[in-house]
Amino acid sequence: MAYQVSVFAENKPGKIERITNVLASQNINIRAITINDSGDYGIIKLLLDRPEDGCTALKDEGIAATLKEIVAVKIQDKPGSLHKVAALLKEHSINVDDAYGFTIKPHEESAFVFQVDNPKAAEKVLRDSGYQLLADKELYLL
Amino acid sequence: MYWNNNIETISRKDLETLQLTKLKKTLQAASVTPFYKKVFTENNINIEAIKTLEHIKDLPFTTKNDLRLSYPDGMVAVPKKMVVRMHASSGTTGKSTVIFYTAKDISDWADLVARCMVATGATQDDVFQNMMGYGLFTGGLGLHYGAEMLGCMVIPSSSGNTLRQIQLIQDFETTIIHITPSYCLHMVEAIRAEGIDPYELTLKKAYLGAEPYSEATRKKIEEQCGIDAYNSYGLSEMNGPGVAFECTYKNGMHIWEDYYIVEIINPETGEVLQPGEEGELVLTHINREAMPILRYRTRDLTRIIPEPCQCGRTHYRIDRIKGRTDDMLIVSGVNVFPSQIETVLMKFPEIGNNYQIILDRENNLDRMHIKVELYSKLFHGDIKEIDHIKSKLKEALKALITINPRIDLLEPGSLPPSEGKAKRVFDNRML
Repeated sequence: MAYQVSVFAENKPGKIERITNVLASQNINIRAITINDSGDYGIIKLLLDRPEDGCTALKDEGIAATLKEIVAVKIQDKPGSLHKVAALLKEHSINVDDAYGFTIKPHEESAFVFQVDNPKAAEKVLRDSGYQLLADKELYLL
Repeated sequence: MYWNNNIETISRKDLETLQLTKLKKTLQAASVTPFYKKVFTENNINIEAIKTLEHIKDLPFTTKNDLRLSYPDGMVAVPKKMVVRMHASSGTTGKSTVIFYTAKDISDWADLVARCMVATGATQDDVFQNMMGYGLFTGGLGLHYGAEMLGCMVIPSSSGNTLRQIQLIQDFETTIIHITPSYCLHMVEAIRAEGIDPYELTLKKAYLGAEPYSEATRKKIEEQCGIDAYNSYGLSEMNGPGVAFECTYKNGMHIWEDYYIVEIINPETGEVLQPGEEGELVLTHINREAMPILRYRTRDLTRIIPEPCQCGRTHYRIDRIKGRTDDMLIVSGVNVFPSQIETVLMKFPEIGNNYQIILDRENNLDRMHIKVELYSKLFHGDIKEIDHIKSKLKEALKALITINPRIDLLEPGSLPPSEGKAKRVFDNRML
């Protein structure tokens, strides 16, 4: 199981800086960041090496932050590998709400991170097909 | 030109005699209502002891809160079957203030409105386009019946839909419009945008009411539309529009003293002030069957103009309304209390306790903008949920105050905290 930290932020200058400042001071590493924008505000999604610590630190600063369960799966960094995962999700009628990815080792390993209604079911499908899932521990060790 | 020569030019002495007779009758009628029965008993008031107009000072004030507490019919003085209509204004705590009318009340109200219209020079040759909202609000129907009684052709166009309003003016050669000042300025711009010269239209007069505005705005409206604009004053508690109206001299609004006993008080102490002094307007309706209301605190600030008017009408005039003694806001002609907005906001647990209400005027239209904070403990990281809360909030506010506000959802801690006297309302409109 992996968690991302979701943060509510207004669409204004300085809003990312406020968050990164808190995380930097706690020596927390950001593996990936993506923003879900809805006009005047949005949700900043952060994949951290220590999500619980990061979330607590942000909340302590009065920031609206929450831990959100996500699915993070390791895939090969080569053409067609995301397609294989997508085909598998399609086959099982799993709807992806939001997704992003990042490279772990160029041309070798990448991570595909996504939000679904039922993360446990999605993880089972992936695991059964031989995929390696990244839990918090693995994300920390990357 | 008068609608009712005898009454409108009655001597002050005869007017006062008439007022006293009507006041005594009104006190009798009020004494049967549950509300005033209690008020009279609790304050040891013997209505037989009211023998002069000055004795009215012995009666306690009636407030908007009293109307709310006697919701729905604690102030009704006639059997239910005699009531033919009700109007209501939105309430701060969910409960409205309701006003009831008998057939005579409706017809007397219309008569008063006809009197107002004639004072501005209106005749049965006029075509009257009523751009105030029809419905529970008194602005629409109030003028409607008076204009019909006068014999005008009435176009009940109600508010909004500017292009259709312009079309109606053109097609039916409207001569008088009843409109809020802000909407009038908006409409004249729309008229020009359509490539029409406002001076080429048949419009002659505008009755401006339902929201405060300045003399400069009146001048602007008159110049831009090529019309005469008249101030109108009314409140549903006292019927609706038609309580006071300007005559062709446009120098203060004649307040019809055969219907209303007018007092100006110090809003802090309740002390009755001398004619000419500025204070809160207090009205006693002495010409109503269904719902007599005594010494009603309007919360509007003005002064009596006791000097005689050149038009020959002997009824005193009141000055342009200077402001309010409470925090009521008038937005696009709609009365809104900040507490109403707060009540809605507090129903949303996902929204924090701090808020700001900002009022602006864009293209002559009022805009309400509400800033709220997300409550961090109920944040689930889902943007759809937040969008949904925001649209629910918008709908709830629209349903209560009939205004479509813009909502800014801010991060927790963005707004000044609620402790102390935080300023919540920012009215940036230049009236």
